Amino acid sequence: MNCILAQIRCRPGKSYAVANEICLREIQSELYSTSGPFDLLLKLYVPSSEDIGKFVNDRILDIDGIERTVTTLMFKAFRNNKPNGGNMKLKSFLIAASLATAIAGAASAEGVKVGMITTLSGGGAGLGIDVRDGFMLAVAQSGRNDIEVVIEDDQRKPDIAVQLADKMIQSEKVDVLTGIIWSNLAIAVVPAAVAQGKFYLSPNAGPSALAGKGCHQNYFNVAWQNDNLSEAGGAYLSDEGFTSPFLLAPNYPAGHDMLTGFKSFHKGEPVNEVYTKLGQTDYAAEIAQIRASGADSVFFFLPGGMGISFLKQYADSGVDIPVFGPAFSFDQGILQAVGAAALGVKNTSQWSKDLENETNAAFVESFQAKYGRLPSLYASQGFDTANLLISALAVADVSDADAFRAALEAADFASTRGDFAFAANHHPIQDIYVREVIQEGDVFTNKIVGIALSDHSNAYVDQCSM
Amino acid sequence: MSLLLFIEQALNGLQFGVMLFLMAAGLTLVFGVMGLINLAHGSLYMVGAFAAAAVAAATGSFLLALVASFVCAAFAGVLIEFFVIRRLYDRDHLDQVLATFALILIFSEGTRWTFGSFPLFLDKPDWLSGTVMLPFGIEYSLYRLVIILVGLIVAASLFWMIARTRIGIRIRAGENDREMIGALGVNISLLYTFVFALGAALAGLAGALIGAIQSVQVGMGEPVLILAFVVIVIGGIGSIKGALIGAILVGLTDTLGRSLLPALFGLFLEPSSATSLGASLSSMSIYLLMIGVLLFRPKGLFGGV
Repeated sequence: MNCILAQIRCRPGKSYAVANEICLREIQSELYSTSGPFDLLLKLYVPSSEDIGKFVNDRILDIDGIERTVTTLMFKAFRNNKPNGGNMKLKSFLIAASLATAIAGAASAEGVKVGMITTLSGGGAGLGIDVRDGFMLAVAQSGRNDIEVVIEDDQRKPDIAVQLADKMIQSEKVDVLTGIIWSNLAIAVVPAAVAQGKFYLSPNAGPSALAGKGCHQNYFNVAWQNDNLSEAGGAYLSDEGFTSPFLLAPNYPAGHDMLTGFKSFHKGEPVNEVYTKLGQTDYAAEIAQIRASGADSVFFFLPGGMGISFLKQYADSGVDIPVFGPAFSFDQGILQAVGAAALGVKNTSQWSKDLENETNAAFVESFQAKYGRLPSLYASQGFDTANLLISALAVADVSDADAFRAALEAADFASTRGDFAFAANHHPIQDIYVREVIQEGDVFTNKIVGIALSDHSNAYVDQCSM
Repeated sequence: MSLLLFIEQALNGLQFGVMLFLMAAGLTLVFGVMGLINLAHGSLYMVGAFAAAAVAAATGSFLLALVASFVCAAFAGVLIEFFVIRRLYDRDHLDQVLATFALILIFSEGTRWTFGSFPLFLDKPDWLSGTVMLPFGIEYSLYRLVIILVGLIVAASLFWMIARTRIGIRIRAGENDREMIGALGVNISLLYTFVFALGAALAGLAGALIGAIQSVQVGMGEPVLILAFVVIVIGGIGSIKGALIGAILVGLTDTLGRSLLPALFGLFLEPSSATSLGASLSSMSIYLLMIGVLLFRPKGLFGGV
């Protein structure tokens, strides 16, 4: 912006009409009527992209009644600092802030307020949307209207998730946080949230960092510890006689957990272990390595869109080594996009839509009726998380933290997975199944073919002391 | 690592690079000729992929899907050039970045409304599936080979267009002095619309070609957009030749880095730290390449003086 001063001489008796016209054009910063040879003094800012001469000519000089002008360009503005003014501002800001806090504090007296931070846009959006829809379905079915859920999109970015958590805790005053899909985001958000006395119920991410030494009495994982599904995968591959698998996972906490879990339950020796960039979409280089590796099987963990890309490219590569993986690359949300490339692949999961129990049948039916699509395991996890919360609310008020925690630990709710209990570090003890991708009509889905591990807990219970 | 594996990885790198070239060519033309930073280029890539997936689902024809991706992305390009971009040529780059960033959000949300948040299905046709045997016993995916060919054909036609045709002369002239060629009687705004539509169509084509082997989902364009920016910075802004060389350099660096670095570290580190260090370093490799190039050629490999 360029600052200019324009002195304006008007035809006699026209000064105020001219001033009025300038005001109507909304171009002035300041405008005075003055004594002396000129009638008006105008200060204005011209955008630096504009030609000043043209601006004055087009926007000012065409006003009827102006006789002549003198335009002065301004260079540097000198000003003295006003420390007092700054202090005043800070003071009134503090007062306003404390008033706002007092009002906000008074507003959240009863019911429970849940903050859901989940991924609703970008590559991992399908996962967050399923968790949210499952969660909200359970809340709606409970008939309780004192559960307020604030939902925000973390865009799969840890920094945004941290900001959202701060906002939810400090200005929204939520009692319970939930919703995070990705382990790196959970590690960034959960420790600070539980340290401030909030409860965190994880509907998905279960990083080992929060299951072992980093466990906390207010942190509950309703889905699984990250290692679990891969541990089942390791056990299953051993049982089936595969001794030299090729391992593939993204380079982030859950990827490391998954392969750790696999190796601890697999009796053979992996021929290679490859970590890819999170969000990578082209796997030609890895598939070439698989082709050359001489492995007898491939075990991969690539959730969401990464799994779609890998499976399609793998099917096209002509490599015929059988692939296996945890359920995350075979969930209902992505199977349609993979198409026939996934048919027949065995994967491990704690849930499947054909699990036989009453809760699950009702869940699958009502989810399909409400959203017009089949639920994925993420949706079942969101549904179970909400039902756990509702079951605890029926017993204790969230303001009584000890009683509420005990009610959560009891896990007295009907899970879509049938039996469900918490281990000492607040992670599930549950059966883990082997599923196979099948085609029903023109829909690709999963069918349970066996149990890989029953009543399975996790490897970090002993490291947790709370 | 055997020589065969190395050649296969080099082919993979070439294919990745050629795909990046399709993105970067449009971006560098638009920036070079029109002086416009177009962040929404990734959205046009996404538009192409979604158009292809929709048409393939409706008609079952992959060729029609490719045509649709090309046409739809070009059409979307014309629309945004006419309604939005045209107002931005005289503004500074910050305004352009803001407006085209807004376009990203509008396109993403619009696509989500139309197609939903879940990935769409798009697969290559049967006659492009499977593998072919190359000389020396290299087994390679036919479809990836076709991508390399298509990319090279597009590159050759672009060179021919820029160097040998009247429109190419005008584009080069517009790059040098847009006021002068306007004064010489060339309809500069029509030329800009054409260049923008061409860039958009190439991005759309890339989206459809790649969508068939990756996932077609909202937000698929942005990671590629970042790489395309790296490519044009390395190649030199405004240069088609630079975009081609830069894209192939980036493709090869990324692919070979991913496969060679962990093996390289494995020579003197224990396996677990070698794999994680190799994986971390290889995801940085293209940026290291960019730093290296900029240190010695601050305007990129083929950047103007």
